[in-house]
Amino acid sequence: MSPATVRRKRAGRARNALLGAVGVLVAFAACEALGRSGMVRSAFLPPASEVLVRAVELGGDTAFLNGVGATLEAWATGLALACALAIPLGLLLGSVPAAAQAARVLIEFLRPVPSVALIPLVSLLLGAGSETTVALVAYACVWPVLFNTVYGLGETDPLAKDTLRAFGFGRLAVLLRAGLPSAAPFIAAGVRIAAATALILAVASEILAGFGEGLGTFIAQAGMATDGTRDVLAGVVWAGALGLVINLALTAVERRLFPWAPEHRGSGA
Amino acid sequence: MLRIDRLSHRYGDGPDVLQDIELTVPDGQLLTLVGPSGCGKSTLLRCVAGLLRPSAGRITLDGEVVDGVPDRLGVVFQDYGRSLFPWLSVRENVALPLRRRGLPRAERHAAAVAMLEQVGLADAARRHPWQLSGGMQQRVALARALAARPALLLMDEPFGALDAQTREDLEDLLLRLHRAEGMTIVLVTHDIDESVYVADRVVVLAAGPGRVRADLPVALPAERDQIATRGLPEFIALRTEVGRAVRQGAATPPPPRA
Ligand SMILES: Nc1ncnc2c1ncn2[C@@H]1O[C@H](COP(=O)(O)OP(=O)(O)O)[C@@H](O)[C@H]1O
Ligand SMILES: [Mg+2]
Repeated sequence: MSPATVRRKRAGRARNALLGAVGVLVAFAACEALGRSGMVRSAFLPPASEVLVRAVELGGDTAFLNGVGATLEAWATGLALACALAIPLGLLLGSVPAAAQAARVLIEFLRPVPSVALIPLVSLLLGAGSETTVALVAYACVWPVLFNTVYGLGETDPLAKDTLRAFGFGRLAVLLRAGLPSAAPFIAAGVRIAAATALILAVASEILAGFGEGLGTFIAQAGMATDGTRDVLAGVVWAGALGLVINLALTAVERRLFPWAPEHRGSGA
Repeated sequence: MLRIDRLSHRYGDGPDVLQDIELTVPDGQLLTLVGPSGCGKSTLLRCVAGLLRPSAGRITLDGEVVDGVPDRLGVVFQDYGRSLFPWLSVRENVALPLRRRGLPRAERHAAAVAMLEQVGLADAARRHPWQLSGGMQQRVALARALAARPALLLMDEPFGALDAQTREDLEDLLLRLHRAEGMTIVLVTHDIDESVYVADRVVVLAAGPGRVRADLPVALPAERDQIATRGLPEFIALRTEVGRAVRQGAATPPPPRA
C-alpha cells in the first residue's frame, strides 16, 4: 500500500473517532437534559453527569473493582475454554467432510438455543457461582469461534494447498501450514465477536443469579436498593466501557498479528 | 528421465482433456509446452507433479511410476501472489520446502539465503512477499522451488503475469540457473517467443482433447541473448513454425475416438 493510502486510511480513522465522540456527547447531553428537565423523576433517571461521577467514584472502590475483576476472570476463562474447544473442532469439521456431516444435525439443534435461556438450567446444575458464568460464557462463545474457523478454512487458497503438496507435505501439514494461517484472521474476528457476547453473558448470568460477586451482582443488588438507579446506571456505564476497551484492544491485536490480511496491509508494517 | 506414457485425463465424467500423450524428457532438458488456452497444459503439469491422478496411462521418473508427489520436485505457479505464503517472510518461504529434507533450522536458513542471493534478492530476505513487486515475488517463488535442489522443475506460465522487461530478466535468470543446476525443466507458456527463447525443445499441444501436435528441437546456440538470439534467422523460422502449429492445434477438430 502506498504512503498516501496509509495516510488516507489514518485520516479516515481519526475522522471516525471524532464522529464517535460527537455522538457520545450528543447522547450524554440529551440524557442530562432529560434528567434535569423534571419530565422523569430523577430517582428513575438521574442526570447523566451524576451517573458519570458515580461511575468514576466506583473506580476507587476496592469492593467494586474486585467484583469487576471476578467478572473479567469468568469472562476470560469462558472465552479461553471456548477457543480451546472450538478452534480444534472447527479445524476438524472444516477439513474432514464426514465429520462435518456427522456434526451437522447436532449443531443445527444446539445453535438456536439462546445461551441466556440456559442460565436457570446451568445455575441449577452448577450453582450460582462463577462456574455457572464460565460455562455459559463458554457455550455462547463456542459458536462464533467455531463457525469462523470452519468458514476461514474454506477460504484457504487451493493454490496454497497445492504448493505445499507439491513440496511433499501431507494432509495434516497442509492443514496446519496453509489452512490454519489463512483461517487465523477469521478466527480472530470470531474471537472478537465472541468476546462481546461473552461480556453480555457474564454480566447477565450474574444479574440473574443475584448473589456472589461481580459487576452483574453489583447491578442486581443496586437495582433492589431504594434510590439505586444511579448505581445501576453507573454499573452499566462500566459494562459498556469494558466492552469498548476489549473490542478496541482485540482489533489492535488483530492488526498486529495479521499484517498480511488485505484489510490491514500497510497499516501494521 | 521423465516418461509420459499414453496418458489421458478427464475431469469427472467430462470429455477427455488429454488424450494419449506420449513424451520422453531426458535429464537436464529444458522443455517448453505451448498450446492454445484450455488445451490441457496445466492438467498435464499437475499429473506430472503427482497432484492429479491421470485417468489412464502412466508417468515414470527414472523408471519409477509417479504415484503421488515425487521426491526432488520443484514447482512454480503463475500466480505467485497466491502461491507464496503472506504470513511467512521471504526467507521462511524459501526455507519451507527444506523442512521436508529434515535439515536443521540454521542450515535451512543458510540455504534459503544462498538461494535468494542467486536470484538477486538477498536484501529482501526479511521482508514479506506482499511488500515486493510482482517480478521480485516470482523470483522468490523460483528460489523456493530451487532451494531443495530439485531434479525436476515444473513451471506453469511462470512469467505470464509480468511486464515485458521483468519477464526477459527472469527468462535469463532461469537459463542461468538451469545451466548451473542442470535440472530437468518443463515450462508451460502461452508466449510463443518465450517458448523458443528459453527452450532446448518445444512441444506444442493441440486442443480438444489435448494431444501432442508438434515436437520441435531448438537448434539455437546454448548461449542466449534477448536481442541477438531473437534476431537469428533460425529463431524466427522456429517461432513461425511453433506459431503455425499452435494455430492449427486450436483449429483442428478432435480425431475420432478409437
Ligand atoms: N478442476 C477441473 N475440473 C473440471 N474441468 C477442468 C478442471 N481444470 C481444468 N478443467 C478443464 O480442462 C481443460 C484443460 O484445462 P487446463 O489444463 O487448465 O488448460 P490450459 O492450462 O492449457 O489452459 C479446460 O477445458 C478446463 O476447462
Ligand atoms: Mg493453464
